[in-house]
Amino acid sequence: MSEQLPQELQYTKSHEWVRSLPNGQVEVGITDHAQSALGDLVFVEVPQVGRTLAAGEACAVVESVKAASDVYSPVAGRVVARNEELAQKPELLNSDPYGAGWLMRIELDAKTPAALLRPSEYEQFLKESE
Amino acid sequence: MGLKTPLYDTHVSAHAKIIDFGGWDMPLSYGSQIEEHHAVRRDAGLFDVSHMCVIDLTGTRTREFLRHLLANDVARLAVPGRALYSCMLLPTGGVIDDLIVYFLTESWFRLVVNAGTRQRDLAWIREHAAAFGVAVRERSDLAILAVQGPNARDKTATLLSAAHRGTALGLDRFSAAAIDSWFLARTGYTGEDGFEIMLPGAEAAETWRALVAQGARPAGLGARDTLRLEAGMNLYGNDMDETRHPLESGLAWTVAFEPQGRDFIGREALVRARGDGGPQLVGLVLGERGVLRSHQAVSAAAADGSAGEPLGEVTSGTFSPTLNRAIALARLEPQPGARVLVDIRGKPHAARIVKPPFVRNGKPLVEIQ
Repeated sequence: MSEQLPQELQYTKSHEWVRSLPNGQVEVGITDHAQSALGDLVFVEVPQVGRTLAAGEACAVVESVKAASDVYSPVAGRVVARNEELAQKPELLNSDPYGAGWLMRIELDAKTPAALLRPSEYEQFLKESE
Repeated sequence: MGLKTPLYDTHVSAHAKIIDFGGWDMPLSYGSQIEEHHAVRRDAGLFDVSHMCVIDLTGTRTREFLRHLLANDVARLAVPGRALYSCMLLPTGGVIDDLIVYFLTESWFRLVVNAGTRQRDLAWIREHAAAFGVAVRERSDLAILAVQGPNARDKTATLLSAAHRGTALGLDRFSAAAIDSWFLARTGYTGEDGFEIMLPGAEAAETWRALVAQGARPAGLGARDTLRLEAGMNLYGNDMDETRHPLESGLAWTVAFEPQGRDFIGREALVRARGDGGPQLVGLVLGERGVLRSHQAVSAAAADGSAGEPLGEVTSGTFSPTLNRAIALARLEPQPGARVLVDIRGKPHAARIVKPPFVRNGKPLVEIQ
């Protein structure tokens, strides 16, 4: 857990990360802290492409052997892609949470700016909630 | 801060994730609980189960006492070292606990009961033992290691002297023997072959290290739960409790109604309940991907595929690493079909009723469609 957080990402207090893509869309996943707390992931349900999401809306479910957990959309927008590989390989969330374990890509709703945490702020939040 | 077994520091040094279980600080896993699960099915895993409570019963009338206390009949234990699984019941038939009883000598029997029910069990046993002049002694000086898997017995035997190796490997299933400071039993809670070793707490850490050096992989309570559920074994508090009797908990096979003259606690209630067509504990396999969890509602499938009449609920559910499918035990009203619907987060999911166990000795016993 002492590993450095990826500095190019933004975070939420519900343990999602957001990556800004060159085309203006964002990619969303769950953090290393989240996957570690859940344990071995065995089932992932990601939203349909085309679905419109509000910021903070429960939009995906990740289930480990131990527990099911909701994933909340960090931003408002429309789902433009989802990681189809997770249906067969949910363990990608454990092995590569910031890479191959991404959940979905969202086209931002420009009208609602997102309130996200910088890496240092998320790190501080993790320390405080320990 | 919970109670700690003699192996607590060993677990922490191995970076185990520690959780509270029945008041004890116990390892949930040491990394990946699925890999720990596979290690037990394919090779050998090592569990600290020292939180479980060992109780020695002594006195010339111990067998007579146990024939009154337990729903299974210790008259079946003819050879010293033999073990029996039984429920201990209330007069209502409700299950106070499930346990293993070992016959050592005619005036010494040993029980192993669950950690979470320890105080309740001890009080109940003491209350009833007095009339038989049986002494009840909790053996909190003992630790328990479970070594489970197809190679578990061989790995354990390498720790013994040549003279004792034969005794250990010659034990029948569900039998035990005293070997130096060990009480070695060929029992377990995983559906695999293996041993449970009861030994002085002070020797636990050294024995643990020696077993790990032989290639037994430390495994936590997470893997223990998926293994026991695949093996179709009940968990006290989930699959039965004081409000449920053994006949509706898949444990009719553990109730000895014969001989009819044996007056065990709960007998009258069970005789009344027998054949009343009440709910039964069954196995479920989920038809698609997803995870079954305790308390999910189960219903009949209506003609249009929607959820029909309620049948009951899941008592233990998990994802089976061996079958790569969700499995469960569920207490359901009798119904004709094998197809039911389970409510997972508000949506009906098709599941099939099967007869547990789901997996035994590394082999799937149910067909995955």
